[in-house]
Amino acid sequence: MSQESDPPWAAPRNVVMFTEINTVTLDEPAAEQAAPQPWRAKKRIKGRQVNGTNGSCDTRTEWVDQVRRIRDAQDQAAFAELFQHFAPRIKAFLMKSGSDATMAEECAQEVMATLWHKAHLFDPSRATVATWVFTIARNKRIDVLRKQRRPEPEELGWGPEAEPDQDDVLALQQETAQLRTALSALPDAQRQLIEKAYFGDLSHREIASQTGLPLGTIKSRIRLALDRLRHAMN
Amino acid sequence: MSNPIKHHLTDDLLMAYAAGTLPEAFDLMVATHLSLCDHCRARAESFDAVGGHVLEDQSDSIGMSDTSLAATMALIAQGAPTPKPAKPGCAVLPTPLQDYVGGTVDDIQWKSIGMGVKQAILPTSKDATARLLFIPAGVAVPDHGHHGTELTMVLQGAFSDEVDRFARGDVEIADEDLEHTPVADMSEDCICLAVTDAPLKFNKLMPRLFQPFLRI
Repeated sequence: MSQESDPPWAAPRNVVMFTEINTVTLDEPAAEQAAPQPWRAKKRIKGRQVNGTNGSCDTRTEWVDQVRRIRDAQDQAAFAELFQHFAPRIKAFLMKSGSDATMAEECAQEVMATLWHKAHLFDPSRATVATWVFTIARNKRIDVLRKQRRPEPEELGWGPEAEPDQDDVLALQQETAQLRTALSALPDAQRQLIEKAYFGDLSHREIASQTGLPLGTIKSRIRLALDRLRHAMN
Repeated sequence: MSNPIKHHLTDDLLMAYAAGTLPEAFDLMVATHLSLCDHCRARAESFDAVGGHVLEDQSDSIGMSDTSLAATMALIAQGAPTPKPAKPGCAVLPTPLQDYVGGTVDDIQWKSIGMGVKQAILPTSKDATARLLFIPAGVAVPDHGHHGTELTMVLQGAFSDEVDRFARGDVEIADEDLEHTPVADMSEDCICLAVTDAPLKFNKLMPRLFQPFLRI
């Protein structure tokens, strides 16, 4: 990550991180609302270096601060911002996964309530808020639509005493933005198949043909975060 | 986490786990392996990140009802669901398996299937089957083939077959093409989790297990 071109709001290194980011990102959502674009809308940037340090780089800690404010202060305003952004997307996602509008609305509310209750489990060095919300929505879909239990791996947590390093958080958020760019460079047909897979609409054989995704760098980043977490847990 | 797992899950299984389309028994296999293998956990979570982008790209034009935020705050006010009680430590069963066994390795309800081999079928949805297998140290499971896909992960001890040696955390992926004769290591009884999307074939093994004796 390039240090010299960090935007003014980015947490400076050598400073107590959480104080800084808490004060600075208060006005982030406003900028956010204008920014979101589907990955395909960015396809024109294919082939050019997109380093996330231009005007749209405030995606790098997108929504992380709101989750922390919920965790630390049961901040309802922060929750309302997350709700406004994510609840309609969860609803749309569930409808494309085969739910009717009423059930999708109900489930989206339950997913958002789960986000509130599990805010202390969110690890921004391993996932963006969007990724985390996706996993909650997916589990809700399995639970409600497929009426099936969802076995989850053993939970790993930083515990109340420790936090992931802010540099690791920024790095993960940036890798995720770059994954988005890489996915946007895929042919339309392939992107649609990937979407179908995540709506629960692809056979196992079809999924097998879609696994050559550009996940190498984000995988390495998450692996580093897991190693640090294991070290902290021991 | 220092045990060197050599045999990992495939990308298509991890992507299907992230997409939420696997049968419950296979979800259980993946969740159990990820509990032991940070390499595959990182791969699985990177497939989650793809799902995050799919979610992010959903339009918000459908919209939630006007009262939805208030309704959600009311849901939240009802309190968090009671967290599951902390599990007693178990050196053999990772936590997802403990949920299905209802306890530790000592609580497994084994049923003998001959020659000291035992199995315990776990309660999952019907589209696939999960069971625990107990193979006494040194015992060979007779040469057998597979219908569909069968994944076997070692939880205790180790076994070897024509492919390789498999120890704790290692997953052997068998399909119709694999005919093998797994042999448990001499040093320790072997406990495995096995899942298959085909009708159970191990039952049919019973007559084959006794075949050598019947021929005498």
